[in-house]
Order: sequence, then structure tokens, then C-alpha cells
Amino acid sequence: MRKMCLEMVYELAQKDERVFFIGSDLGVGTLQKFKNEMPERFFMEGISEANIIGMAAGLAMEGKIPYVNTIATFLTRRCFEQVVVDLGLHNLNVRLLGNGGGLVYAPLGPTHEAIDDLAILRTIPNMTVIAPCDANEMHRAMLQTLDYQGPIYLRVAKGNDPIVSRDDIAFKIGKALLMSPGSDALILTTGTTLRMGLEASAILKKRGLEVGVVHVPTIKPLDKRTLLECMEKIPIVVTIEEHSVIGGLGGAVAEIMAEANFSSAKYFKRVGIPDVFPDQYGSQASLMEYFGITTENVVSIIHRFNQSEKSQQIFEQEFVK
Amino acid sequence: MALDQRSKYLRRRIIETLNAVRRGHVGAALSLVEILRVLYDDVLHYDINNPKWPQRDRCILSKGHGCLALYVVLVDKGFFAQEELWKFCESDGILGGHPEIKVPGVEASTGSLGHGFPIGVGFALNAKYEKVDYRTFVVIGDGECNEGSIWEAAMCASKHRLDNLIVIVDHNQYQSYGPTCGVLNLEPFAEKWKAFGFAVEEVDGHDVGAMRSVLGRVPLQANKPTVIICHTLKGKGIRCTEGNLKWHHKSGISDEEIQQLYEALEVS
Repeated sequence: MRKMCLEMVYELAQKDERVFFIGSDLGVGTLQKFKNEMPERFFMEGISEANIIGMAAGLAMEGKIPYVNTIATFLTRRCFEQVVVDLGLHNLNVRLLGNGGGLVYAPLGPTHEAIDDLAILRTIPNMTVIAPCDANEMHRAMLQTLDYQGPIYLRVAKGNDPIVSRDDIAFKIGKALLMSPGSDALILTTGTTLRMGLEASAILKKRGLEVGVVHVPTIKPLDKRTLLECMEKIPIVVTIEEHSVIGGLGGAVAEIMAEANFSSAKYFKRVGIPDVFPDQYGSQASLMEYFGITTENVVSIIHRFNQSEKSQQIFEQEFVK
Repeated sequence: MALDQRSKYLRRRIIETLNAVRRGHVGAALSLVEILRVLYDDVLHYDINNPKWPQRDRCILSKGHGCLALYVVLVDKGFFAQEELWKFCESDGILGGHPEIKVPGVEASTGSLGHGFPIGVGFALNAKYEKVDYRTFVVIGDGECNEGSIWEAAMCASKHRLDNLIVIVDHNQYQSYGPTCGVLNLEPFAEKWKAFGFAVEEVDGHDVGAMRSVLGRVPLQANKPTVIICHTLKGKGIRCTEGNLKWHHKSGISDEEIQQLYEALEVS
């Protein structure tokens, strides 16, 4: 996905002279082709995120579209006030590309793990927040970043993520995507967790449960209409995200559910990182398992909430240790 | 240095605004008057009928809390009607306690310190890229130079040889809590800017003739950004506010204090 993201910056720059690239201190050779062919629009400005955001704002005020790329924690936490004031308040067309969204940098520890990027950027008026699920969806999202008003944060995952998005479901910034319908439960995903949602749905289908999956690549603006329509008649809603359970997809969905006044009560569960800093190293996958962000856990939760006898039996047999 | 009639007139306008709203960053505005006056009278290219004229020089008041001085100068030049001054910080006005881009003539919303300079770097880089000759002036405070983003931007401006970027420091020696030398010492200040790759000149920031002279010669050096360190006096021109931190920001200004401001200005 990261490779696709940067390739798209190059492609967009080739066809649109408004596109500038600003990195902080990225790996050697990053976007070398861009640098060789369009050096006047390529900037590598060092470990100075506050200045970089301001500089990008200045360029955007002059009609340019800067794509700013660095590690997600530094692009969100470090220069948060610059993002709020320079980009949000001025409502500028700057694109923030945050590498390693979620637990990608597990071996590097909590300073590099972007477990709160979606939450903190979601609080900024005018900001759009997108977490694509794979390289293909990143491609579709990037194509729409040229002619879109206001700042955008794009969460970039690790790379080599399996392709789970579909060509026949049109991506549009601000739209939630119905991947599969289902009346017994609904799984809402963002970023790479779509894979787990689809896997859980397939497992549960074999066991006789119809579980829908709605993918929410755009966390903000949240597609309330589609989400509320999809949730209306479903008794169980589970959100999955590689992010703190506070303020990301689960938090955003909880907010709209709380005000929806549904006609019947629902079971609701947020699957994500609890309110802690990761205290283990290892791999992205091992930390995901540590925090229960797994297909198995989603299956377990839906069995637990589903009131059928069969589900209760499965839950007792498979998940109650 | 004694103030001439125009400098007194602009300060009188600031007092008139204070009289209407009874609050504001008084000291920081009064130290800025000659800097902004010379910029808008003698240096900047702009068109009040077309504030977004592409060829205009860009001027950012990065020390946004000095906005009272900017507002009276912009009114004086005709960017917007003087009635807006009497609605400073009011719900039906466009002028807030820090400048915002909705105000004609304001290039960037500032107030949180350390933001305007990096934005100015972006403006100046754009001019280089587009090969156009507008200049970017950024007015910063000395207290503002506590911010790391100022020095990040300074390195960046120097790296890109932005000789179309002119930083003007209102070096009034004070910040909210006390003297800059005590809160977070900036010295050796000029040497710092030199070390960061700037062409540096120091000037009496209330000497209109000297300011005209130096700002008429910018950029000071080809391929280098310029910084003009303006030695100023916080609260300049009104004896009771000069160097008096009670006037850094003041609210609830009384009738008696307004009268004192007028009287002290006349004898300065």
C-alpha cells in the first residue's frame, strides 16, 4: 500500500503541476524518480514537522497541492497544532500521508505506533480522514485527492496487505461501502481490518449466520446515512480497527448509534486497542493478536451475542476456556 | 526617539479602538507601529481594491497578538471600514484578538506563535517555483523566537536560499512573564540568525527613516534570507505602558486609563 501511495504521488505529479511532495527524513531513494524528473516540486526537509506543515500550508495557499509524507505518529502527534491551525483552520488542500498507521511499527515500540491518529485528526474541523484497506483502495482514494476541497489524512498501512477491496464497489471519499449484506449481525471495518471482517463473515456463514460487512474507509466525514440504514434492523454491530477503541471507527459509530434512537436495542462491541500503550514488541500480527484484533475474536463476539441455541453452544464449546 | 505626527496618529487610533472595546494586547501593538507603518507606507506592493492581487507582496503578522497595530494600519490604507475597529472582539465584527484570513489584507490566521514564519517559507518557495518576484515579509516577536518552529523555518529558508523572504523581528525585549533575557534568553540573537544562514541587520524599530532605509535595501544579500532585528520598546509612545507588563494584555480598561493613554501620547 505504501508503494502504491508513493507511486500515485508520482503519477499525480506527472499529470498535475499543482502536486508537490514534501517528506521529512524518509528512507534513502524514496520517490527518486519524482526527484529526478520533477526536482523543483520535490522537497525533503528534515525532521522538522512543524515547519513542514506550515510550509505546506503556505504552498497550498498559493494554489499548490502538497502531499506530505512521514511516519504517522510524527505527522499527527508531533505537529498537531500546525495541522489544526495551518491546515484545518485555513481549510487547505494539503494531503497528509501517514506511514505505519496502527501497529505496523510494532518492533519499534509505542513512540512509533499510530494507535490514535484517526481519533485525534477526526476532531479537526474541515479534516477528512481515510484509512484504505489495500493497495487497490489506496489507488482509488489517491485518484480522488486532486480535486477535493480541504485537508486529507490518509493512513498508510504496511504493504503487501492482501487485496480485499473490489473493483465493482465504487470507492468515493465520504462513502461507506456495503461489501456484503446480512441480517444476523453487522461488522464495520476500516483500514486493513476489512480482511478480518470478510473472513469472520465467511466463517459465520458456514455456521448458518448471515453477517453483513460494511467497510468504512472514510472515518471522517462519516457516512452516517449508509451506516444507520445498514444498522437499523441488525441486532448485533461489531467494529474492528487497528486503533484505540477511543475515538476511531468504534468511537465514531458509537456516537451516531447513541443518537440514532433505534426502535430496538442492539448488542455493540468495539474491537480495537484498549486504552493502553502497547507494552510488547514482536510483530504487527502478534500485537494484533495480543489485543484481540483477530478474526477469531470477532467470530466469538458474534456467537456470544447471537441468541440462537446453536450459537450459544458454539460459544461455550469454542471460546469459553 | 520622539514620535512624528503619523506615528502618534496611528497610536491614537489604537487608543480609540481600546476606548471602544476596553481590551487588547496593548504593549505588543505599540512596539509594532513603526514596523507596520513603514511596511505599508513605503515598502509593500499591494492593491486595496484587490487584496489577493497575485503580484502583491505577502506580509504575515506572525506575532498575531500585535493585531491592533495591524488593524489600524489596514483601516488607514482602506482595506476595510473603520467601523470594524469599534467592533474589535465583538460577535458582529470581523476583527478578533488575533488576525484571521477573513479580514481583507490578512494573509494568514495567526495567534498561536511560531506558525506565520513557516507559512511564509511556503509563500517564498512558491514565488521561486513560479519565478515571480513578489516578496514575503514575516513579522515575528522576540518572545515568539522561543518556539522551535521558528528555528526549523530558519534552517529551511536558508537551505532554499530564500532571498525573497524577509523576517522582521519586533525585538521589544519583553514577553508576557518578563524580560526575554530572563524567561528564555535569546542572546547572542543576531549571531544566531547569522549562524542559521541569514543576512542580518539591526535597526532602531521606531526610527522611521532608518527603517525606510534598511527595508528599502532588502534583500540584504543575494541567495540568503534576510532578517531585520528591530530594537523596539514594548508599549512605545505612551509613558505608562512603556516596558510595563501590566499592559502586555489588558482587559477592563477604565475611562481614567483611556484618558491617561491619550494624555501620555500627546506629551511623548
